[in-house]
Amino acid sequence: MAEIAEVADLGAEPGIRVKGVSKRFEPERRARDGSDLDVVAMDGVDFEVPRGSVTAILGPSGCGKTTTLRVISGLEVPDEGHVWVEGEEVVGPEEWVPPEDRRVGFVFQQLALFPHLDVAGNVGFGLKRRDRKERVPEMLALVGLSGYEKRRPHELSGGQAQRVAVARALAPQPRALLLDEPFASLDVSLRADVRNEVAEVLASAGTTTVLVTHDQDEALSMGNQVVIMLAGRVAQAGAPEEVYRRPATPEIAAFLGDANLLIGEVKSGMVRTAVGPLKVETGTPNGAAIALVRPEDIDLEISTRGDGRVTEVEYFGHDQRISVLLDSGESVKARLHARRKFEVGTRVRVRAGGGLGPVIYPLAPEGREGGATAPGK
Amino acid sequence: MSSRPARLTTSVAALVAGAMAMPLVYLVIRATEAKDPAGLVFSERVLELVWNTLRLAATVSAAAVIIGLGSAWVLERTDVPARRFLGVAAALPLAVPSYIAALALVSAFGPGGDLFVIPGLIGFWGAAGVLTLSTYPYVLLVTRAALSSSEPAVDDAAITLGLHRIRRFGRAQFPQVRGAVTASALLSALYVVSDFGAVTILRYGTLTRGIFLEYRSSFDRSAAAMISLVLVLFTLGLIVAERRARGPAASLRHSSARRHRRVALGRWRLLATAVVAAPALLGAGIPLMIAVSWLQKGARASSGNDVLPMAAATSAGLSMAAAVAAVVLCLPVAMLAARRSTWIVRLIEGGALAGYALPGLVVALSLVFLATRAAPFAYQTVGLVVAAYVIRFMPEALASARPSLASVDTSLTDASRTLGGSRWETAMRVTWPMVRGGLFAGGALVFLTSMKELPATLLLRPAGVDTLAIRVWTGASEGFYAQAAPAALLLLGVSALALLPMWRAGASAWRTANDG
Repeated sequence: MAEIAEVADLGAEPGIRVKGVSKRFEPERRARDGSDLDVVAMDGVDFEVPRGSVTAILGPSGCGKTTTLRVISGLEVPDEGHVWVEGEEVVGPEEWVPPEDRRVGFVFQQLALFPHLDVAGNVGFGLKRRDRKERVPEMLALVGLSGYEKRRPHELSGGQAQRVAVARALAPQPRALLLDEPFASLDVSLRADVRNEVAEVLASAGTTTVLVTHDQDEALSMGNQVVIMLAGRVAQAGAPEEVYRRPATPEIAAFLGDANLLIGEVKSGMVRTAVGPLKVETGTPNGAAIALVRPEDIDLEISTRGDGRVTEVEYFGHDQRISVLLDSGESVKARLHARRKFEVGTRVRVRAGGGLGPVIYPLAPEGREGGATAPGK
Repeated sequence: MSSRPARLTTSVAALVAGAMAMPLVYLVIRATEAKDPAGLVFSERVLELVWNTLRLAATVSAAAVIIGLGSAWVLERTDVPARRFLGVAAALPLAVPSYIAALALVSAFGPGGDLFVIPGLIGFWGAAGVLTLSTYPYVLLVTRAALSSSEPAVDDAAITLGLHRIRRFGRAQFPQVRGAVTASALLSALYVVSDFGAVTILRYGTLTRGIFLEYRSSFDRSAAAMISLVLVLFTLGLIVAERRARGPAASLRHSSARRHRRVALGRWRLLATAVVAAPALLGAGIPLMIAVSWLQKGARASSGNDVLPMAAATSAGLSMAAAVAAVVLCLPVAMLAARRSTWIVRLIEGGALAGYALPGLVVALSLVFLATRAAPFAYQTVGLVVAAYVIRFMPEALASARPSLASVDTSLTDASRTLGGSRWETAMRVTWPMVRGGLFAGGALVFLTSMKELPATLLLRPAGVDTLAIRVWTGASEGFYAQAAPAALLLLGVSALALLPMWRAGASAWRTANDG
């Protein structure tokens, strides 16, 4: 369990602990379901969620992240492994707490509001009758929907329905809240706003939360911890800056944001790459390696004697992404302020700037990759 | 802005609607001619008919809900074996006209029956049993569709909110299909109050049977008209209630790739299979087997089956005429309804749909009144029979034609015009290919249901004109089951064919599938 984020306020027991969970779907059943699950959906998954914090599980579709959530909630039975919720074992070889007794809330990708009930009926669904009168208005106030009690689900906008789903899941005061791609069904223009609103609600409720997403902005902005899942395994877990800054492998680097992965040679504290020699952390072993340089750490300078040629300019308004084909044959991307003008075909000189050095992935002689080495300070 | 063609369409549609609603209007006029109408309606005899009808409708709907909902749940939510086969089999009783089912059961299990005698078959329980078997497929099909289209995550949501199985069914699962169950129960009730064949054969006195007896026995036919009006009030009430129960189509996102989880039955598998298979066997298998056994007896007795081809040809001819007329007449109404929805359009559409609320017997009765008064030359002609079919089954033609006409978006015809197509070319190359499927389907449905029609044919046919339904009816009601057999088997085949287009059209088209 070396990959737990350093989040403050560790209780005696983590909010959620998942250990060695594996889940295999029979191919026949998978075909019938028409779902995008892999045959092996979870392959020895381990991670912990500190109490009261938000963990975002990030991965491409089919990586097993939704299955992980369903196992934690009890909607799916794993083949092996353990799950603890606030120290209570809910899944284990000898333990099985059915989902309705786990007190783990779930916000579904399709929201799954009860179509036959109004907003108040939905939010009060999991509450005892006597608690509804008090708790429903409280929850609606929390999500900013006071006065919407009598609305029907189909009369709500996407963002409102989203907040009702969160309020419904939080109303019975669950020990943990699980959100499965909760913003995927929203318009892109709405998504950031609703995300911020929900993040605020979660923060004020202080509930241990796991969020599944394939949207890296969502994962990096909402999680105290980010768990990267690839092909049914936890590839890396850590604080968002940590995971972004120091991806454990080149694959993770490529998955998480734009990445320039350059072949280089480490020798006496420097790595020689197509963008010039870069300083590396002391102790980095000599030899062939892959160097990760993020596009925002690359600078371009227009120069007829440059070492590359601009092949593409993607303009985003606030910034731009410039692709450059180096004379060496490698190609790199740079993210620059939108003010600066580049045109396709312009010759440029490429420099690796920025405060932090590259992340080095040594290429072992047998062709095996070693672990990442931290960038120089 | 109403252009000239639009105004023409509206006028023609209004004429059609008027013609379709004419029997209803005339029924009202005729009923008011009754001496002391209030006294008649509240007479002990009519009140008894009303009570019997209500009792039968309530019993049948309740039983149909129990069987239909149970079968639907087993088929949609459990791992019962041979689901596909069972699902088809369970819908088959719809293909058995109620009079054939009733005759088959009486010949086998009635007093002096071939197999053994079930006491109490004649009367309320027999009628309730036959009609339940004929109508539970409505509940099954409509509920099954609702169950399968409900969002699986909703069930998961109820689980994660802490609800255990029983309360989950009551608070999350059943409420999602309640509208479908109610609507389909009301459909069975509508079927029961309109039924003539089964209640007559099983001699249970509902309103339809009362009307028939009144018409046959008395000179003052305004009493029959008055009772018919009472009956129409029931059908109208049921139709309105059914519309309301269906409610607006819930338009919630249903994007989940997951399917509903199925309950593993384990050692309950056999029982669950029996729950689905038994009513199907009773409702479709037994009548078919009995009809086949009639045939065997008939072969031995070698009675006059030579008239069968004649009856078949008559049935086919009348039904074909009705199908063509219904499709042609429904076109202006469907065109209008597909384009706009003003109150006048809704009124016209409602008029054209009058047949939906008019049991076959009532249509026939009002056509008799109308013809004897206004058009004596039409009385006792096949034209009147065809007219009854058209009025009665116009709703089926409309239900098929309207969506296909509505699917021709004006942007499509506009696109054709901007690509240089003339008005005529556009109609032939864009509109016609898109609507012909729906029109053919509607025509086929009218044809197949007309083939089975009994009560209107019985009342309106000119002397000597036999259809297949009449052959079954007269043959069997006089005890010559062997004579009835080939016609009955032919009708069962035709009815089974009628299920095919409805299979594709979905639950909304099922309602008039089985007219008896």
